[in-house]
Amino acid sequence: MENNNSSNLVEIKSVDKWFGELQALDNVSLNVPSGKVMVIIGPSGSGKSTLLRCINYLETPTNGQVWFNGEKMSGDQKELNRHRAEIGMVFQSFNLYAHLTILQNITLALKVVKKLNEKEAETLAMEQLKRVGIADKADKMPAQISGGQQQRAAIARALAMRPKLMLFDEPTSALDPEMIKEVLDVMMMLAKEGITMIIVTHEMGFARAAADEVIFMDHGRIVERNTPDGLFNNPASDRTKLFLSQILHK
Amino acid sequence: MIAEDSLTPAQKIALRQSRRQRLRTRLATFPWWLVIVGLIIGATLWLITESPTYSEAFATIRTGMVVTLVITLISYTISLLIGLFTGLGRVSSNIVSQNIATLYVEVMRGIPMLVSIFFIALVLVPGIIEMLSFLGSKFTEAGLTGIGASLANMNTKSISMSVRAVIALSLTYGAYSAEIFRAGIQSVPIGQMEAARSQGMSYGQAMRNVVLPQAIRNVLPAIGNDFISMLKDSSLVSILAVRDITQIARLYAGHSFRYPEAYTTLSVMYLTMTMLLSLLVKLLERRLANNGK
Repeated sequence: MENNNSSNLVEIKSVDKWFGELQALDNVSLNVPSGKVMVIIGPSGSGKSTLLRCINYLETPTNGQVWFNGEKMSGDQKELNRHRAEIGMVFQSFNLYAHLTILQNITLALKVVKKLNEKEAETLAMEQLKRVGIADKADKMPAQISGGQQQRAAIARALAMRPKLMLFDEPTSALDPEMIKEVLDVMMMLAKEGITMIIVTHEMGFARAAADEVIFMDHGRIVERNTPDGLFNNPASDRTKLFLSQILHK
Repeated sequence: MIAEDSLTPAQKIALRQSRRQRLRTRLATFPWWLVIVGLIIGATLWLITESPTYSEAFATIRTGMVVTLVITLISYTISLLIGLFTGLGRVSSNIVSQNIATLYVEVMRGIPMLVSIFFIALVLVPGIIEMLSFLGSKFTEAGLTGIGASLANMNTKSISMSVRAVIALSLTYGAYSAEIFRAGIQSVPIGQMEAARSQGMSYGQAMRNVVLPQAIRNVLPAIGNDFISMLKDSSLVSILAVRDITQIARLYAGHSFRYPEAYTTLSVMYLTMTMLLSLLVKLLERRLANNGK
């Protein structure tokens, strides 16, 4: 029997991921309790993004299992689409639909996946745009607004689906420095609202302030998992110490 | 405009030089070739109105215009549909549809269009008809008289050469437009598909709502140019004795021996149509480029 602890929204069990000859994830297990904010840090190539993408099966794990909301994720397309509709994802490069306005970006999946009618979808979309503070950009095309606004629109697009879980894949890495704060502010607001979030980021200040737990990954493995205080002030492993000293004393 | 009085002498010289330079680039980039094309078309028009033999040639060839246009339009529409689905097959992860699509594209592109028109019109279509009528006789033997009789009654002659020409052009051009659609789909960043899938859209929903609208927009000029090529290549159907403008010009030249009249008029007719169409494509291209900003 496969058992599963119901207080965990996400359970990753012994996941391996290989890309050809390259092993990106090496026997990773991780449980994410409902309502918690998890921040994953680590050097590039450590498998952070791959782990995140395995949760909503944008990458299929080579071995191991991913459980979401008490159900095992599988390759079955119908099941997968149902789960994905409940998992919001925010990408490094925003990935707003380039041919649609900001409003249409949000309403598309509401109409196509959730089968809402035009009016319901627009009401919901405007609600979310207000929440992230860019309601006035609803009729703009993605290319007409700043990177920070695009990323906030992408967050609104994910939120409009009423997800149980939000995944953030380096959401501020492609932004100009002066736009990082506006996106982090929105994410901080969500963290305080109690949405379950898993965030891959290089923003250590944000990790300290927002995370319930911080995970340090290296070479496809979870090296250390602790509260932000514990991990940043008293790192247990030398690898974590080295990484922190390199990024914090730059 | 700059008030020249307020400039220093040195600035005046510089301004004059800059204007001369601008004039030079304008002269260098002016489409002189287009003026010559215009002159050729104008001269031929003048001949058609002034010379009785030219006006007779034009009046005769013109009667094939409907056939040329109808064959081009129908074949083009069908080829776009074939191309769209074949293009989708080419980028599909399904091994069967991917291989069928690739087989079709590679075979079609590996045979000269003239030859594939012969093959499709004179071998493939009759072959399929024979197969169907054979099936029809089998159905009749098996007691399915209704469908059996209608299939058995099909015979090769019941499919006219014009229809075969349309089938041949559609199939050959379908392979070309498949490559255009494939390139268009692949020009859309992978993140667009991923974002759509991450929201719970199926592959088909993501393709239809997110990837294809952007892909088609990207390839609109190429699709437009394809129409121009189709208009020109529709002249190949004259080898099936379909009475398009090329065939009529050939017949006219053959019995009147007025080769210059027939072929000059014919060439200029094609040239006029393709020039106008490529102008439209250029306008479209410019509008799309401006919209993107």
